[in-house]
Amino acid sequence: MAARKLYGSVESTTTMRALASLFEHELKFEFVRVDLNAGDHKKEPFLTLSPFGTVPVFQDGDLILFESTTIMRCISHVYTNPRTEQVYVDPKMQGIAATWIDVEDHHFNPPASKLISELVFKPKNGLPTDEATVAVEEAKLAKVLDVYEERLANSEYLGGDKFTSADLTHLPNLYYLMRTPAKRLFDERPKVRAWCAAIMSRPAWAKVVEMVMEK
Amino acid sequence: MATPVKVYGPAFSTAVSRVLACLIEKDVEFQLVAVNMAKGEHKKPDYLKIQPFGQVPAFQDESISLFESRAICRYVSEKYANQGNKGLYGTNPLEKASIDQWLEAEGQNFSPPSSALVFQLAFAPRMKIKQDEGLIRQSEEKLNKVLDVYEKRLGENRYLAGDEFTLADLSHLPNTHYLVNATERGELVTSRENLARWWGEISSRESWKKVVDMQK
Repeated sequence: MAARKLYGSVESTTTMRALASLFEHELKFEFVRVDLNAGDHKKEPFLTLSPFGTVPVFQDGDLILFESTTIMRCISHVYTNPRTEQVYVDPKMQGIAATWIDVEDHHFNPPASKLISELVFKPKNGLPTDEATVAVEEAKLAKVLDVYEERLANSEYLGGDKFTSADLTHLPNLYYLMRTPAKRLFDERPKVRAWCAAIMSRPAWAKVVEMVMEK
Repeated sequence: MATPVKVYGPAFSTAVSRVLACLIEKDVEFQLVAVNMAKGEHKKPDYLKIQPFGQVPAFQDESISLFESRAICRYVSEKYANQGNKGLYGTNPLEKASIDQWLEAEGQNFSPPSSALVFQLAFAPRMKIKQDEGLIRQSEEKLNKVLDVYEKRLGENRYLAGDEFTLADLSHLPNTHYLVNATERGELVTSRENLARWWGEISSRESWKKVVDMQK
């Protein structure tokens, strides 16, 4: 029986975030599917693992963590080895990387998730897209990407001079956005376009994509 | 002698006060730099250089600038690990993971509904903005569900991440302070036994009392 488990739903962006982190750090784990359609995440025994009823959950022996960003941070700080190092030892450099993790959460994710809901999930469920919402959220995302364009002119990756969780945390939303017309917002900005291409071509991310597409 | 760090923004801002509480807990000398938000100072080019999204707080420690209050708190706790409250962000990676867990829960689950309620009930009237009754009801409903989870957690642990006060508890101080003292929904916290006990303890810390003084 695997000591390390990840409980989640493969197409959920939060589960994808945790999967990316596990693969980037070359950790072996068992993936346990949670049936979101059946509402398993809102009942016991799942609620004992994840009290707010969210996926994913990471378990390693007695250590149980919920919230994908927490799992991502823990993996990068606890399961370190020189080959897969994605944190900085220097507090100032790590402080900068940590800032951009929160930027994704507070600035990138809100318009990104609304766009994904309108352009990917609603059509999938036979619901009409609200074009007015799409316009509003694209405008918000464009402003965020202007800040990213400026940042990436001065830094190879968002968090610093190497790939870190600050970049990884964007991958799940990027996976969906690149399959919608919103892709043009990324293509229109050269630094952003190059950064997306670089991080999305990482082998660990390809493994996550494979799992999502197999479903 | 080290230059004091700089925090930009008004002390009454919940995000700014989060950083101030952390600096005081860690005994880090700081200078609070006023940002005149009424005059739009936070949207001007000079400010956008240190906070490109035009929000408060911004933070500088010698050569670097940071923003996002929780990232600043993590940085301060790491950089100044050996002074002030040494256990604030844990003393080993597993303690840190547990603190990160409840810091994240604060940001994802507690903050959205509590900030909305605090803004609608305490700030909107002062700013002569019409209150959104639907949003108030929705936020209260969400917050009730979140606080039920907290009530259970605080029945099993003295503080959110374990036996000691940590960044995870600290992060909740700003919104809870306004909820309890500036709105009529304080009983969301005070009517729940474990939450009331926890709130009493964390809000009576010297560090928080100093921040409240700065807000006056």
